[in-house]
Order: sequence, then C-alpha cells, then structure tokens
Amino acid sequence: MELGTHAGFIIASYALCILTVLVLVAWVRIDKANQERALKELAEQGISRARREHESR
Amino acid sequence: MTGWAMALFQRDLRLSVRIGGSALVGVLFFLAVVTVIPFGVGPDLNLLARIGPAILWIGALLATLLGLDRLFQADREDGTLDLMLMAGRPLELVILIKCLAHWIATGLPLVVAAPLLAIFLNLDPVSMGAVTLTLLVGTPALTLIGAIGASLTVSLRRGGLLLAVLVIPLAIPVLIFGVSSADAAIHDPVPFVTPFLILCALTLIAAVVGPVASAAALRFSAD
Amino acid sequence: MAFWDYANPTRFLRLVQVVLPWLIGFCVLAFAAGLYMAFFTAPEDYQQGNTVRIMYIHVPAAWLCMMCYTVMSISSIGTLVWKHPLADVSAKSAAPIGAAFTFMALVTGSLWGKPMWGTYWVWDARLTSVLVLLIMYLGLMTLWRTMDDPIKAGKSAAILTLVGALNLPIIKFSVDWWNTLHQPASVVRMDGPTIHADILWPLLIMAVAFTLLFFVLHLMAMRNEILRRRVRALRMRAASVSRPGTAAATAQPAE
Repeated sequence: MELGTHAGFIIASYALCILTVLVLVAWVRIDKANQERALKELAEQGISRARREHESR
Repeated sequence: MTGWAMALFQRDLRLSVRIGGSALVGVLFFLAVVTVIPFGVGPDLNLLARIGPAILWIGALLATLLGLDRLFQADREDGTLDLMLMAGRPLELVILIKCLAHWIATGLPLVVAAPLLAIFLNLDPVSMGAVTLTLLVGTPALTLIGAIGASLTVSLRRGGLLLAVLVIPLAIPVLIFGVSSADAAIHDPVPFVTPFLILCALTLIAAVVGPVASAAALRFSAD
Repeated sequence: MAFWDYANPTRFLRLVQVVLPWLIGFCVLAFAAGLYMAFFTAPEDYQQGNTVRIMYIHVPAAWLCMMCYTVMSISSIGTLVWKHPLADVSAKSAAPIGAAFTFMALVTGSLWGKPMWGTYWVWDARLTSVLVLLIMYLGLMTLWRTMDDPIKAGKSAAILTLVGALNLPIIKFSVDWWNTLHQPASVVRMDGPTIHADILWPLLIMAVAFTLLFFVLHLMAMRNEILRRRVRALRMRAASVSRPGTAAATAQPAE
C-alpha cells in the first residue's frame, strides 16, 4: 500500500478519526458502567424501581 | 392596549438609564474596545480606515452582548417577571417592548457614538455615515437575537458568559451584512443597497423570531 | 410521576437490547468494506494523488454533522410539541456525538487542505460554516450541563436548537456571500456530478458506515441518559424517604 508523498496527512487524519471514535465509545461505556453501578448501589440500599412499583399498587 | 405598553416601555427605559447608568457603561466599553484595536494592529491610518467598519461593528457587538444579561435578570430577581408572565398580556409583545427600551438605552448610544469613534479610525464622511446607518439598522437585530440567549440563561446565576457563547453564532449573519454593506459604501465592489436590504431583512426576521423564541423560553423556565 | 408509568423508556431499553447487536455488526461490516475499498480498490485522483483518500472520512463526517443537527431539531420539535420524554433524551445524547463528528470533519478538512491549498486553514465558506456549527454544538452542550433540572434544560436546549436550525441556512448563505466577497474562487473543489464510480462506491459505503456508527452511539448514549435519569429520580426519592418532613414537596419536580 503506497500512500505517496502525503502519507503523513492521510495517516494523521485517519488516526485522529479513529481516536475520536474511540473516545466516544469509551465515554459511552464508562457512562453506562457508572450509571449501572449507581443503580446497583441504590438497589443494595433497598431503593429500586421494582419496589416503588410494588408500593404504588 | 397602548396604555400598558407605554407604561412598560417607560418603566424599562427609566430603570435601564438609572441603574448604574448601563447605557453610559456600554458606550465606555465601546470606546475602550476601539481604543485597544490600534495597539493590536498598529497605528497605520490606511489599515485602520480599511478595517474601521469591522472594528466598529465588532465593538458594537461586544458592547451589546455585555449589557444583555440584565435584560430579564433584574426582573426575575425582584419577581416582576413572574407578574409579567401572569398578567395575561401577550408575552411576545412584552418582550418586544422590553427589547425596544433596552435598545434605546444601550444600542442607540452606541449608534450615536459611532461617528465620533470613526474619527479615531480615519474614516471619511461617507463611510462614517454608512457605518452609522448600518449600526442603526443592525443593532436592534443584535438586541432581539440576544433576547433569546438572555431568556435561556435567565435562571442561571452566572449566565453572562454562556449567553455570549450562545448568541454569537446566531449574530454572525448580522455582522457579515452590516460590515459588508458599510464596506460596499466605501469600495463599492457591490452596490450598497443589496447587503443593506438583506441587513434590514435580518432585523425584521429577528424581530419575529427573537420575541417568539424568548417568550417560549421564559414560559418554560417559569413553570 | 407519570413518566415511568407509560413504560416508554422501559420498552425502548428492551428494543435497544435487541437492535443494538445487529447495528454494531452491520456497522463493523460496513467499515471493513468501506476502509478496504478506500485504501485498496479506489484509484488515486489525477490531481490530488493519494490525499483523496482523506475524502472517504471527511465527507461522511461532514454529512453526519448535518444529519445529527437534523436529528436534534426533530427531537426538539418532539420535546416542545408532544412533550415526549424520549425526544428530550435523544436530543441531549445526540449533541456530543454531533460535536465529535463536526470536530472530525474540521480536522480531516484541514489535514486535507494542507497538501491541497498549502495551508491548514482557509476561511472557506464550508469550513467556516462547519466551525460555526461546532460552536453551536458546544454551546448547546454547555447549556445542558449548566441546568440542574433535566426537563427544563431539555426545553431550553430545544428552543435554542430550533432557533439554530432556523439560523443555520441564514448563516450558510451569509458566509457564502462573505466568502465570494473576500476570496476569489481559488479553492480546489471536487463537487460536481462527474465523480468516478470507483471513488463514489467507497464513499457511499463509508457514508453508510458512519451513519450506522452514529445510530449505534446515539442509542447507547440514549440508554445511558435514561439510566442517569432513573438514578436521579431514585436518589431524590431516597432523599425524600430519609427526610420525610420536606419530602413531598421536593420529590415531585424531577419528572
């Protein structure tokens, strides 16, 4: 695969795009882990959505 | 109907002229910005004459942004805004009147000061007139667009900076056509009337979109 | 507390659970095919040489930063008109993704511009409009972050999004005007209907891949946002249980 004289620019732009996508994916996954951990902690304290639905009935 | 509108207009005008003299501070800020530019770009009179309209427009934009955060905030703090929301008057009209009063207190002084500051920037009489005319037509649009940002950030404690960030992208067209119609009067690559009429159109659009959007924002922030 | 009783978010989460693996699969496949074609089957441009390969990420990113704003505008209409809670969630979680794609379009554009124009940045009409779009995305994200109440923040941001959507064509038009005034057409343009099929196909496949990527990220971000609101609602309820005196009044406004 020959990229010619401007290989640096091509590789840099692809690398930056991949990096941006990786940051987005990481953000989404870390955020998900955080929220699920918070939900779990709340459930351990006995506060969960299931119980509330039960109460409201 | 005109009774309450007139009363509101006079109240707002009196308040904004009185409290800390915001009109005077705006003009002082305008003067400070224009004074600072030659220190940045150098005292070359030809260059200053060339970019003069742009400097005046950017100065006016910044000075307008500076005063905008007080548009609704004082009224919110003392509860007047809630009364206005409950009074049953068309909120869009209330905002339009408030913007008009705010513009007369802060925007009009900028327009009046522009010819004086133009002397510092080595503008000839024709371009002086052109810049003043475009500012006269364009600064109401800045106030009206700014009203959207002011009503969105009214509930925030330190909304001034965010307001500027939100409003500047929306104000770019006004800036472009204001400066290019002032430039057109000087160098005439295009006739003066074309960009000037577009500037007028932008102001009219802002007079519709601004009050409607900021009325919606105020209603939502209240309930 | 009618919010959760409609069970829309719950049903939505279940739907996401089903759809997401398929979307991820197609997205990976599309990227594999698109990248292979972009690097191995697509020819060099006779004017631009190999730098034309930047186009395969630049153009889809630029297309997506517009599409993302469209999604946000439609969601904002959903927030303001139908007051649908998911619309709000959708608009909020699309903003960072849109900002990221806009950033990508700008970076690849300027990296493409350096060999082509000899400089990283020209105040070209398109680049300038995209820069303004990036500022708007970042402003919207800031507005969301500075407001505590997600419902109020959603409504405020929806108004700003719609005003922006009205304004974007005007901005584009005025930037075009400004650009023709200040810059004679010196910029290499590659638009026009006569793009060769060998270049067009990888471009289309990459566009599909980017679109799928957007939907994958958007759905995942929406799921996170729904979870975040659940956590918030539960925390407020927990606070109201532990301090029953002030409870009834403070627990209500969340949803």
